[in-house]
Amino acid sequence: MQFRTVLTMSLCVTLAACGGNTEPPPAVSSTNFSDTLRTALETASEGDVIDIPTGTFEFKRSLTLNTDGVTIRGAGMDKSILSFKGQIAGAEGLAVNASNFTIEDLAIQDTIGDALKVNEGSNIVIRRVRTEWTRGPNVNNGAYGIYPVQTTHTLIEDSVAIGASDAGIYVGQSQHVVVRNNRAEFNVAGIEIENTVHADVYGNTATNNTGGILVFNMPQIPLRGHSTRVYNNDIISNNTKNFAAPGTAVSGVPAGAGIVINSNDRVEVFENRISNNNTANILVSSYFSVNYAGQRELATEFDPYPEEIFIYDNEFSGGGSIPGRDELVRVRDSVYGVDGALPDIIWDGIVNPNKAADLAVICVDNGSAEVLNVDTENQFANPRVNMDNHNCTMDKLPPVVLGGR
Amino acid sequence: MYDLNSALFTDYALKLRTIHLPQHSSGRYQPFAAFDLPTGTVISKTFFYQTDTNGNIKLDGVWNGDPSELGSESTRLIETRLLIKQEHGWDALPYVWHGEDADLAITGALLSLPVAPDRRINYLVPSRNQCAGCHATNHSNGEILPIGIKARHLNRKNPVTHQSQLLEWQNRGWLSHIPKLTEIPRNAPLDGSGELAHRARSYLDINCGHCHSTTGAADTSGLFLDYRPHDAASLGVCKPPIAAGKGTGGHLYSIVPGKANESILSFRMKSEDPASMMPELGRSLSHTQGAKLIDEWIDSLTGQCR
Repeated sequence: MQFRTVLTMSLCVTLAACGGNTEPPPAVSSTNFSDTLRTALETASEGDVIDIPTGTFEFKRSLTLNTDGVTIRGAGMDKSILSFKGQIAGAEGLAVNASNFTIEDLAIQDTIGDALKVNEGSNIVIRRVRTEWTRGPNVNNGAYGIYPVQTTHTLIEDSVAIGASDAGIYVGQSQHVVVRNNRAEFNVAGIEIENTVHADVYGNTATNNTGGILVFNMPQIPLRGHSTRVYNNDIISNNTKNFAAPGTAVSGVPAGAGIVINSNDRVEVFENRISNNNTANILVSSYFSVNYAGQRELATEFDPYPEEIFIYDNEFSGGGSIPGRDELVRVRDSVYGVDGALPDIIWDGIVNPNKAADLAVICVDNGSAEVLNVDTENQFANPRVNMDNHNCTMDKLPPVVLGGR
Repeated sequence: MYDLNSALFTDYALKLRTIHLPQHSSGRYQPFAAFDLPTGTVISKTFFYQTDTNGNIKLDGVWNGDPSELGSESTRLIETRLLIKQEHGWDALPYVWHGEDADLAITGALLSLPVAPDRRINYLVPSRNQCAGCHATNHSNGEILPIGIKARHLNRKNPVTHQSQLLEWQNRGWLSHIPKLTEIPRNAPLDGSGELAHRARSYLDINCGHCHSTTGAADTSGLFLDYRPHDAASLGVCKPPIAAGKGTGGHLYSIVPGKANESILSFRMKSEDPASMMPELGRSLSHTQGAKLIDEWIDSLTGQCR
């Protein structure tokens, strides 16, 4: 046992993916506490604080909380571990349908589906929580790690998300969201903001994902997302082969994507350190060019075009040298040569035909960084850089203010 | 005791359904929503299987509606779910049977039931919160409501008396404001000879519609399967998934007209993987008959996804 502990610790020093670097909790599971926790969740009253002690606790079926105003608090994300390795029922680890909810200092591991799903509710705090699939990237891992959907006033901070087969941190259909100081790695999408209004994403590290930080809009959803700020993040070497299930939105994300903005509006990207993402450090695209559905017939109310994208004062380095899609490799070869690299920002170039031709879709004020229009609409026939089209500025978005607590 | 036209699939369990209203009280008919029922109403649903001589449960049991069979040796009682109308609203309470007694099981249970000498199934008794997962049909306010106690599900003959259930309820004084029987909607039984689309929509309504409605927990998906008049895209036709994960089965759309084998809906109904299957809870097996009906319906649809 002593030997094993020492070995684990020495491995953790060298492996970035290692979840914990403090003493591992006892491997012995306490079935008793697993039952205690389930009972506490099922019988909770508003104001309850449910403490999770140090230890690894195993569950065969999902946990559900429906009571407002509950706090779940562990002893640390590497100490209090809810393990779903043997899960045989339920589509997530912990499902929360409640407001004024706080969860902190614990880990949810190896769930069969999503790890932590919060469906509707306001004033949601997810702090120092780790969600992880311990076998590493695998298509059979659950889709989402930390997954609030249809929430308002949501804070996700100081958390860690590893190994999700879709997005490590996925905020869907929510309003007033702060995602800060988290680490997302070895997911298909590190952090994804989708159909969400007013999100601030800052201080995060996204590395070794397929795509680092995604800002998306999907059709058939009442809430159309806009107004997201992505700033002061480290978005480094997101080059992991895409391991998402085919058919999912993120399965179309090419490996080596730093930031991907798709069909979303009013997105501000600034003061990030974005490096060595092998397709491009930033990709901007319409719904049409991401290969997930290929459909052009969309509900009239859906706006598939990204607009009002403002990119400034980022530190770029490396990237673009091994594009993750064949068409982009050919573009790179034809414009920059086989030993060249795509520029920091690539764009599918598809704009709303009903709007003025000179409408600024992407404004860039970022030193020597260039935008390559890859001309997706014409089968990549005429890829080109014209920075005059991007020499513009936009009003900056105000910070997100979280209400409630 | 009552029965439904088309029922929720629960690993081929047989179900005894009862409803009791307090004396001299009455509920009110609703054309689409669950009936308004008085405080003190108790609805029960008992899940049971017929068994063979070795105690293995039968997945192909047929029950004629005779309640005395539930006490026989060739029957295994599994669980009883109660919905009780209190002053503050409905409470959902799961009970698990141990021989002849049933105990309250707020946290639910995971049972391993023998189907054959070398085969068992994992049968999930939902916890109280998981009951709300289906019965909070308005997920925003979380209020628990009955699902089956609706005109279109109940508009049929009682399995024992062979009289119209709704007329029986009316004659007992249990239900007011009932229109003429001909004006009451009626869902189709799974195995009836009714129109294919009607049978398919009826099946999706009772199996999926409590979450997949514009107010349900699955409104996040934009896929609506309750029996309201939804447009084709909301029903899934050529609709890309939102957050299905590997539940896509590698497919691009919920429904590809004419191609059940390329449709996510069919894939998820046939899946027995908890991360992919639909519904998410309440079954560990795929419903062969139900999946076949939906396949036939999708295969009958025309059109193309572009």
